[in-house]
Amino acid sequence: MANPYLRTAQRAAGTAERIVRSAAKPLRSHGFPYRAPSVPKGVEVPREPSKLGANYDTEWARGPVARAARGLIAEGPLRLLVKGVANPDVVGLDRLHDLSRLDDPPPVIFAPNHHSHVDTALMIRAIPACWRRELVVAAAADYFFDQQWKAVLSALALNAIPIDREVTGRKSSDQFRDLMADGHSLLIYPEGGRSPDGWGQEFKGGAAYLSTRTGAPVVPVFIDGSGAIYGKGMKRPKPGRTKVVFGAPLRPVDGENTRRFNARIEAAVTRLGDEALTDYWTATKRAAQGSSPKLTGPEYNGWRRQWELGEHRKLGAAGLRRRQQRRWPDLG
Amino acid sequence: MPRPGFVLEVDKSTPPILFWRGEGFSLEKLPADRSRVIYPAEPLAGLDDVDGHIRNALLNPVDMDPLPALLHPDMKLTICFDDASLSLPKMRKPDTRQRIIEAVLDLAAAAGVDDIHLIAALGLHRRMHEYELRHVLGDRIFDAFHPRGMLYQHDAEDYENLTVIGETDQGEVLEINTRVAESDLVVYANVNQVAMDGGWKSITTGVASYRCLSYHHNPVTLQNTRSLMDRHKSDLHKSVWRLGKVLQDHGPRIFTVETTINTDAFPSPFDFLSKREWEWNAKDRALYLATQKSLKRTPNRLARKIFHGIESPYATTSVQAGFTPSVHEITLQHVYDQHIVPVEGQTDILTMGIPFISPYNPEGIMNPILVMCMGLGYLFNMYRNKPLVREGGVVIMTHPTYREFNPVHHPSYIDFFDEVLADTTDPVVMSEKWEKKYAEDEWYRHLYRTGNAYHGVHPFYAWYWGAHGQQWAGKVIIVGGDPTAVRQLGFTPASTMDDAFEIASDVVGRSPTISHLHVPGVLVADVV
Repeated sequence: MANPYLRTAQRAAGTAERIVRSAAKPLRSHGFPYRAPSVPKGVEVPREPSKLGANYDTEWARGPVARAARGLIAEGPLRLLVKGVANPDVVGLDRLHDLSRLDDPPPVIFAPNHHSHVDTALMIRAIPACWRRELVVAAAADYFFDQQWKAVLSALALNAIPIDREVTGRKSSDQFRDLMADGHSLLIYPEGGRSPDGWGQEFKGGAAYLSTRTGAPVVPVFIDGSGAIYGKGMKRPKPGRTKVVFGAPLRPVDGENTRRFNARIEAAVTRLGDEALTDYWTATKRAAQGSSPKLTGPEYNGWRRQWELGEHRKLGAAGLRRRQQRRWPDLG
Repeated sequence: MPRPGFVLEVDKSTPPILFWRGEGFSLEKLPADRSRVIYPAEPLAGLDDVDGHIRNALLNPVDMDPLPALLHPDMKLTICFDDASLSLPKMRKPDTRQRIIEAVLDLAAAAGVDDIHLIAALGLHRRMHEYELRHVLGDRIFDAFHPRGMLYQHDAEDYENLTVIGETDQGEVLEINTRVAESDLVVYANVNQVAMDGGWKSITTGVASYRCLSYHHNPVTLQNTRSLMDRHKSDLHKSVWRLGKVLQDHGPRIFTVETTINTDAFPSPFDFLSKREWEWNAKDRALYLATQKSLKRTPNRLARKIFHGIESPYATTSVQAGFTPSVHEITLQHVYDQHIVPVEGQTDILTMGIPFISPYNPEGIMNPILVMCMGLGYLFNMYRNKPLVREGGVVIMTHPTYREFNPVHHPSYIDFFDEVLADTTDPVVMSEKWEKKYAEDEWYRHLYRTGNAYHGVHPFYAWYWGAHGQQWAGKVIIVGGDPTAVRQLGFTPASTMDDAFEIASDVVGRSPTISHLHVPGVLVADVV
């Protein structure tokens, strides 16, 4: 007769083996309810509306805890990131003095050109503190809000609001109108996305439309040099120098439709771009003559366009880095 | 609604009153029932859209065509602007001059004007440092025009670039900068902080030669200037207006842009200085004590750095442009709206605290000559009709009056103090005996033209500025000043305000009436 102790031990070992085998079994080999149920043939399941993309609810990101966290992010890692990667020279803030000196500065719409993911961080640091605290960022719904983790991170760190790139829908515009009525300012990229080739793109009418609808002034902004740091298609950032030039606030004049106002905003950013690469007087004269270099670059395509981009960048903040690296020969 | 200025009759319940003492201040108890304090009006509300008002003024000028109609592509356009002596303390960026000039440049660009020069109208003041030009004009204008040689500072000793425009019926010769003289249009960008500024005075002194200035910057003219803040009773302004008429008839076309600012001079934490003493709350009192006690222990150099670092949150209260005399009349009305305080009758004594700054020491040391100039020149002249103190009365000032000079800005002041004041304090005598030597000194001329020094003759002008006050007052006492320096100025030193009243009793008796001009805050007492 076998030892009873040995039998007990054999049973215990068998149980343990079953548990381990069960735990090691891949999840996919478990059936329902560990997995989603299969759908019987001939039955149509109603689709739940997506909570991502343009439908993502960012209300939580404007609560006190998220605001406090965002303040810490802006003053800590974001500040270091911007300083270390982009080293911006911010000019033209004096043009906002009439608004910023008020006890309660009104909400404004910041409309910069867009070359890089660095732009948003740059703008958050460059915008005066009186607007920064209540700033919301219009971010492409199909890029920043397509996955849960990206949506949470964008909403928390940047106070981003999803917006459709192609059209400013009524829902989005109502949301922005309500936010601005609550005192939030808006950062929106009128180009709709980052530049694909280093040159600018034509402005879409979102900023002009929202300004007309809310009465908030549009502040044109030109960001120079960010495309060379982390432009579209670059695998990793290449630290350099940038320049952020703020322009005078623009308001739609009586009888001006959105299209014309949008053209005026684009012209203002174009002038600031010229000012960033040349000087104030040259840019002013060219703007008056209608001969400012276009943000969208030369008309021709192919290598010549890229070639000219290199020459263009040499004039700006990106060129400063190269000039500074020049070494003179030691002549003894 | 800002409260107007008023006269407080001092009684036993009146708290001690604030007095400036250079880079510091003190609270002084004034005798009850025979003293009064003249308080300035609170700052008027500023314009909401300053740039919009500037544009509007350029497009709808007074007694002139709109600016765009005066601009054409092949013209010579010159833009002149006031130097760092305005405003005091310096205004927060953006400076009004920058806003005006940018608006003018926008129109000039639209008209295709290429030949533009920007000239700092220094007169005989020191050349501005680059950081001062950048502060006044902004980086955009500086970076665009200075490297091309299109932005520079007037040189009153560059006789190759000075042109005689004409002569008044009293023999005063108008000699101004050649570029200004040869321009098709001159735009002058003014900041009018007090009633003395602006009008024809800006351009006929700012871009003139020493010879031209000497016609009105002399003891006789300034002794008959009653006061600097009342153009119609000022011989200096009458002379300047005669020269302006010559410029109008024979010189380039002038388009003047004048702006007025309110009296909101001190930002936090110094904003308690502008409050009335009985309205100081616990925070103001704590700030006063902390500031006053720490300033007492602070080296002069550091204290000066702190005070000169102040950027005032002035607001622009009006903008007008066009024909110079017409524009100036409107400007004066706006200035008086802010500054005028009606006062009844004169008193035996006038007391005043002298601050750390005067128009001639932006970013510099308030030397003893400038203390005299600020007290008897500027503050004494803050009146219309008649002075606050009776003729032969006593003026009491509070200031440390240390014997310190800025050798870069005020080289000729040092020699003036040691050489000229040791000989005489009489402006008429010094002008006859010493002025020419200092005005024509090659070393001073070199420092004025190439460095950042005031013209060699400038300490004389600073002294003449107080000539009317000096002639009017029977005695001048400085409380808390370095006795040697105060005596060199021809004044009497006193250690405390009570001592000063005791010393004054020799002149005004045992129970004199007293007026105190409350500074900070700028006011013009309309004495009837």
